[in-house]
Amino acid sequence: MNTQEIIARCEHLFEDLRFGAVKDWKAAKPGRKAIGYMPIYVPREIIHAAGMLPVGIFGGGDQLEVIQGDAYYQSYICRIPRSTIELGLTGRLDCLDGMLFPSICDVIRNLSGMWQIMFKDKYVKYFDVPQNYDDAIGGEFYVHEMQLLREDLGKLAGRPVTDQALRASIAVYNENRQAVRDLYAYRAAKPWQAPTSELYLVLRAGCVLPPEEHTALVRSYLSEAAKETRPQRDNARVVLTGSFCEQPPLSLIKSIEMAGCYVVDDDFQLIQSWLLDEVPVTGNPLEELSKAFLHHSTSTSSKYDEKKEDKGKFLLRQVKERGAEGVVFAAPSFCDPALLERPMLQEILARHKVPYTAFKYSENTGQMAPIREQAGTFADSIKLWSAA
Amino acid sequence: MRCFIGIDLGSTTTKAVVIDEQHRILGRGITNSRSNYDTAATVAKQEALLSARFHLFREALGTSGALNGGLDEFVGQLERDFRLEQFLVQLADLEQVCAKSVATARFGEAEKAVSTALGAVFARLRQEAPELFAPGAKRKSDFFRDIAGSRYLAIGEEVAKDSGLRYDFLLNVFDRSIIEVENRVYLDSLAPHLLAALKRTFKALPETAARGEAVRAPIQGVLDMPLEEAYVVGTGYGRARLPFSKEHVRSEILCHGLGAHVMYPHTATVLDIGGQDTKAIQVDPQGIVESFQMNDRCAAGCGRYLGYIADEMNMGLHELGPLAMKSTKMVRINSTCTVFAGAELRDRLSLGEKREDIMAGLHRAIILRAMSILARSGGVRNEFTFTGGVAKNEAAVKSLTELIAENYGKVTLNIDPDSIYTGALGGATFAWRAVMEEGKAIEKREAA
Amino acid sequence: MSTPIQIVPGTRTPKKPPQVQKEDSMWLQKELINGNYHELATAHEMNRKVSATFVPGNLNELLMCFNFARSLPETNALQNGMRKKSGKMIMDAERDGHSEDVCTYVKADLGMMLQGQVGPTGEALPTPDVLLLSYTGCFTFMKWFELIRQKYNCETVMLHVPYQGDGKISKNMRDYVLKQLKEKVIPTLEKVSGVKFDIDLLRQYMRESAKAEEDLVWTLQSAKHKPSPIDGYFGAVYYIGPIFTAFRGTPEATKFYSVLRSEIAQRIREGKGPVTPEGEHPGEKYRLVVEGPPNWTSFREFWKMFYDEGAVVVASTYAKVGGVYDFGFRHDPEHPLESLAEYCLGCYTNLNFPQRIDMICKYIDEYQADGLLINSIKSCNSFSAGQLLILREVEKRTGKPAAFIESDLVDPRYFSAANIKNRLESYFQMVKQKRTATAAH
Repeated sequence: MNTQEIIARCEHLFEDLRFGAVKDWKAAKPGRKAIGYMPIYVPREIIHAAGMLPVGIFGGGDQLEVIQGDAYYQSYICRIPRSTIELGLTGRLDCLDGMLFPSICDVIRNLSGMWQIMFKDKYVKYFDVPQNYDDAIGGEFYVHEMQLLREDLGKLAGRPVTDQALRASIAVYNENRQAVRDLYAYRAAKPWQAPTSELYLVLRAGCVLPPEEHTALVRSYLSEAAKETRPQRDNARVVLTGSFCEQPPLSLIKSIEMAGCYVVDDDFQLIQSWLLDEVPVTGNPLEELSKAFLHHSTSTSSKYDEKKEDKGKFLLRQVKERGAEGVVFAAPSFCDPALLERPMLQEILARHKVPYTAFKYSENTGQMAPIREQAGTFADSIKLWSAA
Repeated sequence: MRCFIGIDLGSTTTKAVVIDEQHRILGRGITNSRSNYDTAATVAKQEALLSARFHLFREALGTSGALNGGLDEFVGQLERDFRLEQFLVQLADLEQVCAKSVATARFGEAEKAVSTALGAVFARLRQEAPELFAPGAKRKSDFFRDIAGSRYLAIGEEVAKDSGLRYDFLLNVFDRSIIEVENRVYLDSLAPHLLAALKRTFKALPETAARGEAVRAPIQGVLDMPLEEAYVVGTGYGRARLPFSKEHVRSEILCHGLGAHVMYPHTATVLDIGGQDTKAIQVDPQGIVESFQMNDRCAAGCGRYLGYIADEMNMGLHELGPLAMKSTKMVRINSTCTVFAGAELRDRLSLGEKREDIMAGLHRAIILRAMSILARSGGVRNEFTFTGGVAKNEAAVKSLTELIAENYGKVTLNIDPDSIYTGALGGATFAWRAVMEEGKAIEKREAA
Repeated sequence: MSTPIQIVPGTRTPKKPPQVQKEDSMWLQKELINGNYHELATAHEMNRKVSATFVPGNLNELLMCFNFARSLPETNALQNGMRKKSGKMIMDAERDGHSEDVCTYVKADLGMMLQGQVGPTGEALPTPDVLLLSYTGCFTFMKWFELIRQKYNCETVMLHVPYQGDGKISKNMRDYVLKQLKEKVIPTLEKVSGVKFDIDLLRQYMRESAKAEEDLVWTLQSAKHKPSPIDGYFGAVYYIGPIFTAFRGTPEATKFYSVLRSEIAQRIREGKGPVTPEGEHPGEKYRLVVEGPPNWTSFREFWKMFYDEGAVVVASTYAKVGGVYDFGFRHDPEHPLESLAEYCLGCYTNLNFPQRIDMICKYIDEYQADGLLINSIKSCNSFSAGQLLILREVEKRTGKPAAFIESDLVDPRYFSAANIKNRLESYFQMVKQKRTATAAH
């Protein structure tokens, strides 16, 4: 497949709100099960080790008409829980045998209980992660939580999840994370070769494909994209942050690029790059996953910064390592974690003289003109500053 | 004859319905709510009682057989003639008030010229009045303010131009005078106006004049019969402003539910999309409200949304539906936020989408919001009754029909052309029940 | 989330004080609250350290062991809301870069800081020496204290209380909280205060807590009487004031609750209904259960809409935000740290949806309520996200009608009196009509 074909395939997977890929995977072998997870992080290794397909549910995008989902939410609540309920109530998620709700905010937390009530025949789990990063405290709690998930999924699968299977799954995801890291590095180096609208689709394919297949897809995209000769523009290099849960529509990502920005880092699909280093495949697998979470994971606003000095560190490092010239805060409307975090990060950026701009969106935002305008002005002003 | 009256004080119009002991609808009245709810309530009630009289005329004349075959034509003519009489009286009133206004307006040297011009304007208004009420004449509105206003402005402009007078002087006089006239209630004017109208009608339809007494007698009979206000119930947004005691006030949700039940006794779910809010109501087989939901604090998806879009598109509100019906490919509009929808609309237009396709998308967007409110209230059950101003919009009805079918399967959809009176009808039914079933008597009004 | 404190209706309108109805307990309560603000204002002068923490999962007895003066930012925000000061504070915070979408408690607090940290009573509030981030039942808490820490560089200690996602407290959850208490919270509080932890002192405070809790539960459950002698929402906000804030574990609180209990007992003997700011309740026509916090900026106006129609709130989930005591939990001096962990884990907003729905249905049944009213608060996703499902489930399970209104905690821009009144009236009339219909059949 060439780049266009790869992207066309990814786009098809992305647009398919009936999750045909998941159904196909299940149908290929009787008894197969799939477990959905919402943003931002769950240890997919455990699902995979149970022989199941982890499926990322990131809302309904801008093509889904939300009727029933809206019936459950006031106007001041973000859109992702509405469209997710719509997906559920319209039977689009019937192919999932369970659903995990990570600890991200009160809205998604409450959605876990709503799901328990609305989908009584499914496995539903609120998946808590520690906000204390000591191995003996938060680590122990977390290992227990993972153990619980492991036992639950073992029961669902009809056979226990062995350490050996877990280690194998860790290895599979290590490879996947490496591929995703390479993809990010390549885009940062040559953003004109791997535009973010394409990178995004390649990542989103990871929501529905088995990790082995996704890794291969990322690798083939990388090699095919390198063969393209695409024009390099005088764009501003920016880190985009705040889009870790409800996703912006693809047209918004395109609009930012068209307006003169190269996105050189982002937090769209945090789960795929949450663990920053390779997880050891020896030793106690759950403890290793726990250590990776506690000591070598990404930073985001749903995660506590233990010390004041930690705030913004990660973002500054992204800016520095990716050679970014500015930061775009793109947060969903009514997203408490992102919007409460923003002023803190902005203060730190200002202190380090990193320019930034900010706007809000929802997954079905329809008007792009204001965003193009704003991103364009930001890109222009960055160029003026750097020229001065 | 005992009458039971419901008055629905809406934010833009006030409606009244009169029913009799047999629970038959005798008459309906509507007026603009103005700034004065009390007047609006009185006028709407008068209008309803008036239309009740005409209903009774028709009945009496029908029974007597005096007009064999010519009944509809005759009553239609009589009603138009009556409206004309009414209009002329109000016009004379307006002329007087205008004259007063001129005296206090400090036009200086222009005062005399303004008076002369006014005289000319009113002479022409009087002269053309019969045309306004001629058979088949189209009026944009039946409210005096609108009819007199639009003609005054049109004629005034010509007169000003011809006489070299500043047009805004005439505008000023009108603006200062209309409210006083509009807020005047003309009591006890029924009989004289009607008798005057009858003369005009006999003239217009000479063959009926031949049967003079046979026609006049039943009418006189109805005129002589007092319409006793046995019980009045008020509802609607302005209900708290009505000079009624609490016993005589019901929430518009309850009235709407009951009104829809009276119109369609098998109604289980009611959707009302009005200017300011959207309501989804579930009623039991007796018309009692079981649950309801209204649009949340955000006014997204109400009738006002369409009004805003009409303004954005520089179109009339009633033109939106027909335009949307021409659509061949619907454009998805995601914003039901009134302000964002404007931006999205412009965005789509600039992308070259067709106006009718965007309109179709907008209508679907507003109905999608209503679908959510319906889902919130407990879904759509058979039968389903759709009321309110938006129920008159064919594109909205089309979207609703499609979405109901997609989400709830086959459901009977009821839309009454008089659905604007649903709340008032519910109120009248409450009044009827209060007397006929609970044995209550009307309380003394606390204020005039 | 929030904590209530005093309803001293009429203190801002000098014309009215003689008519305002207050019982002894209300005076006592006002004294307590004002006393605490004074203690905070003078703490640093008196060489005392100051702590700040949140109402749900607050570790008041523990903080007292280290002699902290105790500030509760939610309470400060609501007090400022009742005194009509919050509007400007919120707008100041928004001007300072905070989104209009987020929690107004946070913005009122930050706005108060921007205005020079003058507290609700007019006395200055000190900068806290330690932020005890009891991360219980609300994600916003974490951001809130991170924001304050960034501004004031305060020592901050996290107590992560895991959510009851499966509707139960597991050993793992309890151990996790306990370990954090022992290895993180207590050492930090020792370090900041310079006071060594004394578990016997903690036991002593907890004995007081348990006594007060007993009387509080008795008071709240008195609403099972017909007519109810209390309002379990509007009235309850001042009953829960002391025990949900800086006073749980103090002898003053114990006394307050015992006075309160005898007052209510007297009202029951006399067959009286609740006291409203305008005097005796006009007569109980509707008994309601309410879910969600109240609005503070128009608290009296809001309350009036209920008693004018003859409505009494017999039970509310909000009166449980600082601790769910009515199903038997008490602070236990025999197992002090374990019971603190249990307390935090059991807070109302830390319960999952099926638990919340069960609790509301139980209230409707046990308090013989006519229905459920949800006051949905824009600021508070922990409460609000999904409340429409609660509404639907409760209607389905109890057969009682439910209604839904919207407002905010301390943002005066988000309280539409006409709108709320319209819905409430419709709701009451619907309840009445249904009742007549049921009686007729």
